[in-house]
Amino acid sequence: MEEILKLDNVSLTYQSENGETQAVKNLSFTVNKGQFIAIIGPSGCGKTTVLSLIDGLIKPTVGKIFFKGSEHVLTTKHIGYMLQRDELFAWRTIENNVFLPLEIKKINNAKNREYAKNLIEKYGLSEFKKAYPNQLSGGMRQRAALIRTLVFNPEILLLDEPFSALDYQTRLNVCDDVYSIISLEKKTAVLVTHDIGEAISMADEVLVLSKRPATVIAHHVLDLDKSKLPLKRREDKNFAKWFDILWKELNYDA
Amino acid sequence: MTHNNISKERLLYVKKQKTSKVLVALLRFGILILIVGLWEILARLGVIDAFLMSMPSKILITIKDLFLTGDLISHVLTTLYETLLGFLIATVLGTVIALLLWWSEFLRKVLEPYIVVLNSLPKIALGPIIIVWFGAGTKSIIFMAIIITIIVTIITMQNGFLATEKSKILLMKSLGASKMQTLVKLVIPASIPTFVSCLKINVGMAWIGSIMGEYLVSKQGIGYLIVYGGQVFRLDLVMASTVILCALAGIMYALVVMLEKYITKKR
Repeated sequence: MEEILKLDNVSLTYQSENGETQAVKNLSFTVNKGQFIAIIGPSGCGKTTVLSLIDGLIKPTVGKIFFKGSEHVLTTKHIGYMLQRDELFAWRTIENNVFLPLEIKKINNAKNREYAKNLIEKYGLSEFKKAYPNQLSGGMRQRAALIRTLVFNPEILLLDEPFSALDYQTRLNVCDDVYSIISLEKKTAVLVTHDIGEAISMADEVLVLSKRPATVIAHHVLDLDKSKLPLKRREDKNFAKWFDILWKELNYDA
Repeated sequence: MTHNNISKERLLYVKKQKTSKVLVALLRFGILILIVGLWEILARLGVIDAFLMSMPSKILITIKDLFLTGDLISHVLTTLYETLLGFLIATVLGTVIALLLWWSEFLRKVLEPYIVVLNSLPKIALGPIIIVWFGAGTKSIIFMAIIITIIVTIITMQNGFLATEKSKILLMKSLGASKMQTLVKLVIPASIPTFVSCLKINVGMAWIGSIMGEYLVSKQGIGYLIVYGGQVFRLDLVMASTVILCALAGIMYALVVMLEKYITKKR
């Protein structure tokens, strides 16, 4: 399998007026093309920091991050970052929200707009394309946010607890929704979450982080039926087993 | 119309809402009529001194006389000119300064104490300095309107710009947006509501500035009429000018509210 992302012994130390805090310590892992990796860890362990490191928003203090074999400098072109909330701009229509990355990356040409419109169409938002975000339900908004992330055709998607702002019912549905879109578009994804069930039902592999400073304490390859959608996977006979294992690992550390 | 679909409760509710609206409008108007009427009657009966308190009919006559001599128009235009110019310059310049302060945290930290002191300072204290610098004329009045309005604009707009959601800024960063792109595509559009409420505050501030300026130095304008009326004990004139001032400020505020409705409708 083609290796797309590699973190090699990455550490990060924050500097602030009150001193320094080590957020991430000796973090190493690789992500292959087409994989869905979930990273779980206790709250406040620096999960989001790991995504910021991968996205290049912050530079590691020690260690290197490789993107397709080369140390990345300007990777935001290849990486799509989906945040906890949809962050759609209230003053833009859904369509114009989706176009935002094209405008920022100065690739707002007819071809890319056409691609964006196709995504909107394909994932059932065409009747809302001229609507404003406040006219959409939470699930619809999250779907729009995902399309906005996909619009510049990134090679890796970073998902930072993308369902945490939704109520439970919507959450399970949107989880299926987002998963099917990601697998249809054949994207590589790194999901960060504190929800064990979400991690097991969506990912191929799960990384467990320790509390701060975050480092990998376990790396599991899941044996669930990957042809099933996340909600169905929760019924898998192995689901409970993995839940138990991950639960213990998270709590052992805490 | 599908009258059948509307329930009795709904009709009752709509009726109640309507009655309440009419009542509010009637009372608002009623209070005005009551005060003006009582004022007129008491003055005519000699219960209150019409020389010190003036009376509505006299105020109307004064306004009419002012209008007929053509003085009213030129006084109104003078003050309107000073207020609008002060309002516009202060709003534009204040917003630009606030943008610069948003842009540079360093500049913001350096200038913070100056802005705080300027904000707390009663600007009227600067009167003599302003007169010496800008002369006893329109320039000083406009400057007064600007300095009173601009500080509030800077503080309000800077807070507005800085209140842009951190998570949305993170989104822009993750897309690789430059600071300029973040400003133009996120911070400015997100601050439009703040800007509109700032305009509302500025209407009041600019009027304070121009009238205060006219109290200090002027040969014309509504503020001048009020001061002059007070000095020569013509309370009719003072009251008439105050009424006109109320009307003008009200109209300007209404215009800003209309602008607000237009903007929020578009969003």
